[in-house]
Amino acid sequence: MKRAESQSSPQADRLASVRSLLRAMIVPVASVVVALAIGAVIIVVSGANPLVAYSALFEGGLGSSRAIGRTLEKATPLIFGGLAVALAFKCGLFNIGAQGQLLLGAVFAAFIGFSLQGLPAVVHVPLALLAGAIMGAAWAAIAGSLKAFTGAHEVITTIMLNFVAFNLTDWLANGPWKDRSPGNIVARTPAVAPEARLPDIAGVPLGILLAVLAAFAVWWLIWRTTIGFELRTVGQNASAAKYAGISVRRMMVLAMVISGFLAGLGGAIETLGVVGRFQPGFNVGLGFQAITIALLARTNPIAVIPASLLIGLMQAGAGRMQFNSGVASEIIDVIQALILFFVAAESIIRWVLRLRAEEGERVTLSSGWGS
Amino acid sequence: MQITERMARPSAARIPWVTIGVWSGLAILVLVAYARAPLATTAVLTSTIRQSTPIILGALAGIMCERSGVINIGIEGMMLIAAFLGFLFNVWTGDLLLATLGALLVGAAVGAFHALMSITLKVDQIIAGTVINILAVGLTGYFYQQGLTTRGKWSSVSIPLLADIPVVGPVFFSNPPITFASLILIVVVHVLLFRTAWGLRTRAVGEHPAAADTVGIAVNRVRYINVIIGGMLAGLAGAFLTLESVGSFERNMTNGRGFVSLAVMIFGKWTPFGAWGGSLLFGFANALQSQIQFLKNQLPPWLAWIGDLPPQFIGMLPYVLTIAVLAGFVGRARPPAAIGKVYQKE
Repeated sequence: MKRAESQSSPQADRLASVRSLLRAMIVPVASVVVALAIGAVIIVVSGANPLVAYSALFEGGLGSSRAIGRTLEKATPLIFGGLAVALAFKCGLFNIGAQGQLLLGAVFAAFIGFSLQGLPAVVHVPLALLAGAIMGAAWAAIAGSLKAFTGAHEVITTIMLNFVAFNLTDWLANGPWKDRSPGNIVARTPAVAPEARLPDIAGVPLGILLAVLAAFAVWWLIWRTTIGFELRTVGQNASAAKYAGISVRRMMVLAMVISGFLAGLGGAIETLGVVGRFQPGFNVGLGFQAITIALLARTNPIAVIPASLLIGLMQAGAGRMQFNSGVASEIIDVIQALILFFVAAESIIRWVLRLRAEEGERVTLSSGWGS
Repeated sequence: MQITERMARPSAARIPWVTIGVWSGLAILVLVAYARAPLATTAVLTSTIRQSTPIILGALAGIMCERSGVINIGIEGMMLIAAFLGFLFNVWTGDLLLATLGALLVGAAVGAFHALMSITLKVDQIIAGTVINILAVGLTGYFYQQGLTTRGKWSSVSIPLLADIPVVGPVFFSNPPITFASLILIVVVHVLLFRTAWGLRTRAVGEHPAAADTVGIAVNRVRYINVIIGGMLAGLAGAFLTLESVGSFERNMTNGRGFVSLAVMIFGKWTPFGAWGGSLLFGFANALQSQIQFLKNQLPPWLAWIGDLPPQFIGMLPYVLTIAVLAGFVGRARPPAAIGKVYQKE
């Protein structure tokens, strides 16, 4: 049926693609609405007014140009994290380790940022970004190789690597790379050189531009290159991929490397663009937010952008909400978990909206622990 | 053929020489350490048992779920919610027993939620577990109020006579109740899985649900009940954290223990005693970490460098060990065949 439509005329073709886009958006949008509604019930139960809370939330994230700037700032690492998780999903891998990869990327970008002095910005910025991205990739490569060569499930290894990364970066910021300037007693690295800070381009932070660019690059990689085709084939049916002559092990390691590269780049951008140095306890919870975003976007790299903006908006507005309505900012985590639940349990939303199930791509991850 | 082999009880036919060798080696090591530093050795071993308690309970939870064919990555979240509500029950009622039973019920409820998602709603089981984990962090963080005063925690009980045996006495026979319960539950789950009709059904459902169905086993009902039992075990692990170990609730206090439990379950090849061995290993790593300050002066000169390691490196130890264990054992252990798959009647 779809084919007949698409062959008829360019106009009908466009109409059909708009319709399929709208159809693809129903479940995510409905999930967000239902999650916000349940969040409102929880707010009422805890004795506050959800309307006051939600309007403060949106005001804090969209109400002024400063608020919008904050939303974009929060959304930037989320886009990278969401892309990292989405890309791994395409290869059938569940990367819960975006958090650790981001930490490694952040600390190494900070190291290049503060240890080199006097380089021009056109050299220093790319160098520091690249250092962060490569360290993120290397960290993820550990989990990818363990999966490919020993069968150790990435869900557990990436979480364990998050804890190791947390300890490792904490040690670096407390020990060899500690800010030794007089008066500093906290664990942090020195500030990066001014030439290593990310500039604004025409008033827009370079970080969000790079994030949007990365989303399109990942889309292109997945859908327009041989590597992308092989990644998707492994993700859909590893044994068929093997039969077709694709090296499943190589693709698994490669998918994790690219995934970690993205997460590490996100950490580097956050360090060079926002924080200006590395401090432990940075972006806690990003790994799980990235999973919510990737599934809300149905693993589509372009859709990761609006999904991240939504979560970024909530983060940006959480402080205002807590101040205006007394609702603890942790409600954001609850709403995110509910969004994830409804996106995952699509059948509930379909039942509520009386929608027929459509045959589409479904993310399948549970291939057990072994293979 | 593989199925019959798998369905069989861990038999005594082949003597596990390697295991015997490793454990007797460890026993000799403990004796030598005890001869040199009796107090420190007893302290480390006691701490090992306590630290391994939430891990083995979590691993038993994983075994119950996975033997029936349901992956449960949400054990971490189940522990956290039960730890939180168990603590609140204790604050409200002031009764540790009621609070512990409450935590068990909470675990059962979250287990039922996992079963609902992964069996009835057919959500991908790993995502279902992730939902529980994120929800647990969010809900406990949102409802947590600072400054709730603790109403005490379980204290140690000594079994008369047995507790007086040197080393073994204080380590095994003088413990708080949930630690005792975890030791007993290892045996209970072993018997349940390998010596009862229920266990046979559970394993049949986990290995070959279609075949189990044809002989009249209600596949999804068996799975539901096992996942709920698993939830209760995870709930007990949570109760251990707030009602026996710490005495109060802290944000994210599970600290990855639920995930370590799953690694331990794989290490133990989905058997309770194997998993116990694994959790003792992790308990030992944690015990060393918590006792290192006291051990520093007792180390022989050639090991003195351990005392000088930055604390973060010692903090990494349990997690690095988990990765090493997974990398070394996963390939040789085979999970239940039907794991992670929704069962639908043809």
